[in-house]
Amino acid sequence: MLDSIGVDSIDDLFDEIPAHLRAGVLEAVPHGMNEMDISRLMRERASQNSTALCFLGAGAYEHHIPSAVWEITTRGEFYSAYTPYQAEASQGTLQLTYEYQSMMTALTAMDVSNASMYDGASSLAEAILMAVRANRKSKSRKILIPTTVNPVYRKTAHTIVKGQQIELVDVPYDHAAGTVTLEQVKQIQAQEGGDITALVLQQPNFFGCLEDVDAITDWAHENNILVIAVINPLTMAVLNPPGNWGVADTNPGADIACGDGQPLGAPMSAGGPYYGLLCCKQALVRQMPGRIVGRTVDLDDKEGFVLTLQAREQHIRRSKATSNICTNQGLVVTASTIYMAIQGAQGLENTAAACFANNNKLVEKLTAIDGVKKVFAGSHFHETVLQLDKSSGRPASEVLAALMDKGVLGGFDLSLDYPELGSAILVCATEMRNDDDIEIYAKALQEVLNMSAATAAQLAESA
Amino acid sequence: MLIFEHSSKGRRGAPQSPAEKASVTSIPENLLRKDSAALPEVSELQAVRHYTRLSQKNFSIDTEFYPLGSCTMKYNPRACNSLAMLPGFLNAHPLTPDAQNQGFLACMHELQSMLCEATGMSAFSLAPMAGAQGEFAGVAMIDAYHKSRGDDARKEILVPDAAHGTNPATAVMCGFAVKEIPTLDNGDVDLEALKQAVGPQTAGLMLTNPSTLGVFERNIEAIAKVVHEAGGLLYYDGANLNAILGKIRPGDMGFDVIHSNLHKTFSTPHGGGGPGSGAVGVAERLIPFLPLPTVTRDNEQYRYLTAEDCPQSIGRLSAFMGNPGVLLRAYIYMRFLGREGMVRVAEFATLNANYMMAEAKRRGFTLAIDGRRASHEFIITLKNEAREHHVSAMDFAKRLLDLGYHAPTTYFPLLVPECLLIEPTESEAKEALDGFMDALEQIKQEAESNPEILHAAPQTLPVKRLDEVRAAKQLDLAFKAEL
Repeated sequence: MLDSIGVDSIDDLFDEIPAHLRAGVLEAVPHGMNEMDISRLMRERASQNSTALCFLGAGAYEHHIPSAVWEITTRGEFYSAYTPYQAEASQGTLQLTYEYQSMMTALTAMDVSNASMYDGASSLAEAILMAVRANRKSKSRKILIPTTVNPVYRKTAHTIVKGQQIELVDVPYDHAAGTVTLEQVKQIQAQEGGDITALVLQQPNFFGCLEDVDAITDWAHENNILVIAVINPLTMAVLNPPGNWGVADTNPGADIACGDGQPLGAPMSAGGPYYGLLCCKQALVRQMPGRIVGRTVDLDDKEGFVLTLQAREQHIRRSKATSNICTNQGLVVTASTIYMAIQGAQGLENTAAACFANNNKLVEKLTAIDGVKKVFAGSHFHETVLQLDKSSGRPASEVLAALMDKGVLGGFDLSLDYPELGSAILVCATEMRNDDDIEIYAKALQEVLNMSAATAAQLAESA
Repeated sequence: MLIFEHSSKGRRGAPQSPAEKASVTSIPENLLRKDSAALPEVSELQAVRHYTRLSQKNFSIDTEFYPLGSCTMKYNPRACNSLAMLPGFLNAHPLTPDAQNQGFLACMHELQSMLCEATGMSAFSLAPMAGAQGEFAGVAMIDAYHKSRGDDARKEILVPDAAHGTNPATAVMCGFAVKEIPTLDNGDVDLEALKQAVGPQTAGLMLTNPSTLGVFERNIEAIAKVVHEAGGLLYYDGANLNAILGKIRPGDMGFDVIHSNLHKTFSTPHGGGGPGSGAVGVAERLIPFLPLPTVTRDNEQYRYLTAEDCPQSIGRLSAFMGNPGVLLRAYIYMRFLGREGMVRVAEFATLNANYMMAEAKRRGFTLAIDGRRASHEFIITLKNEAREHHVSAMDFAKRLLDLGYHAPTTYFPLLVPECLLIEPTESEAKEALDGFMDALEQIKQEAESNPEILHAAPQTLPVKRLDEVRAAKQLDLAFKAEL
């Protein structure tokens, strides 16, 4: 090979690089390993991670995943293919993506889905950018976001949209219901001068409570405000999906729906990869960022699939693109599509309903303990806010640490993001938690709350 | 046939969900779904067979040579997948307390260190979930840096005209104006034009080196000096890092901020379009602005740094920690390579590309840039073939599919007419390279003798050439089942 090139050594191939800039030995990179040794290392590392019983949600959920899902997903033909630019050699990925788009529009009752975004939080950011492009009648670039929207979603959206002079305006929630009221929304709208570009609504919201989506959606549309739904797609098997929000005859439904697809077949995996779902009304399709697959025909009129509407994208439009995004989360979407196909609507409904029922059981058991109470009235989906009696004098973080010591991942500490709730935690039970698991949690919590404050503090310290 | 067309009422993978639907009647009726979602109703076997068959309609690295320029389609070692999917990692909730997540955090901390060493940067954040998000983070950090110094007038990002489309798109997302800098015929940035373009309005320059034209930017030190003297920062697009890994480090070239596409250089799977990872590295002065979370180690314990630790951070880019499963795969791959293996990556990727380039020339193809070393990729232009035989680069690409090779990147970079950007990677043996060159030569002969073969290609794939115009005009983006 060197002869064909006409050089004496491989090193000659780097002779255009200035010699004084050449790298020395990469001292801080260890020596290479073989597969046997790496396997040993990774098994050790994996075994250092927690095996606690999980009652934590807050945006990532432990659900059952059929074995077939990732066995097929990690077939080399899916795993090691690239973006389907050569459509004829990528019909597998393209058809699967079209099927994903079809399933996601069915689940959300929206007209159009793209091929996915990075995750739920970043898909909210893209939904906001999309709304600003689409709502040409609004000049304010102001977005109303209730504080019942996942706090990290709000933070992520802020990071991504702030460069474009878009203002995210908080809407406080009703402290009895744990949801936003139409009155609150109207009040903030008035304070902000009336012209609002879009409004975000999360269903179920971060507290697990159910927002009054119909009334707020209709009001928003009367006021020329686009509605962005943030949803947990699994719950849409049971809950009214965003495409059907509102009771008005004209212009029904959220305009854009986004959320995290993790509950549909992606393992928790320390935070990802998951994927962001992004759907919209037909009228907004040309404002949609990311990849979209369309069905078409070949020269023989045979059905086939291609990436379409590429004129929106960065590799064509460069600085005028709808977004800089190119990658979607193809492999996770592959898993999710297979998951939805195996479950079907009935499987998803049964799963979602089991989450709802198990969470209710959990809340019933835990609130039977002295000093534990439910904070918000009304229905909860598979998460609920519980307040730990202040008289125990113990912050939520200490209680959670003591639970962890007993092998229970007890929930999300709300005190940093919602100090007004006092010592409060967000608990979650999915279809994976059975009665025995719930009993273990209840017993552990009882013991922790009975513990002296001193012992608990000591435990928290050692954790 | 779509999965929906296999549907039969009431069928499902029954063992995969609770047998009965629990009551949800305590939820107010107006909040409940009124119909059932129109999803497919198939058995588990039907789903397994359908998606297995679909997979067989893909080209992939595991089945074909895939020399897609600028995408670094190298072998994805299987152990990277199986070890990243150990239950200890898969079952970890992202909000698990750091103390119970030490195994994962140790891997992430070491990955940050290895990336720093390999690129010559001072600190890394693994948060960005793809190259484009890494670019976003990088440019947002440049913005935050200038603003933190009260230098509010820097509103412009410079981008060479050969750059990836993401560069200008990213700059605009971050609120900057974009100015393009021309490229010389030899592939280097036009230094004189750059000198004219910089000024107090310059926030930074985004550069890929080796460039998208497949050559090393020889004037990199002069470029860095011009940009830095104007008060701007230098951004390294890591798309082509594979070419120089262990040979020269972006930090030593003078770059202030870089992103590394772990799905290219560090072999995490492309997955049919993601997930990727666009980890960002910075020089000392930009450390305070890194996106969150990053992993630190104090008192023998690993922990996530948060907004409280890093008040000047540009913030979060995702709900949790980027794409941890991808990061684990990159970590495992880097431990396989080690310091010696990293250098070998660049050496053999470069050897393979230069060999193919020499072969292309010998077989009568026109190189886009002749007389220079190829990096890990090179470009041929088919403008002569197009003029003489009315065949396009796309025709060549489609005919390659028929012959069992994935096509190289076509029509990128935009500066070169009728081009193929060819990147073999270090994974491929000489036999594969020769086989591909034979195929390319055969197609060249066909173009001369019987161009119809090219126009009609592909013939051997599940579909023939697809009507993209119809796809865009008569939008059919979702199957609507009739219930």
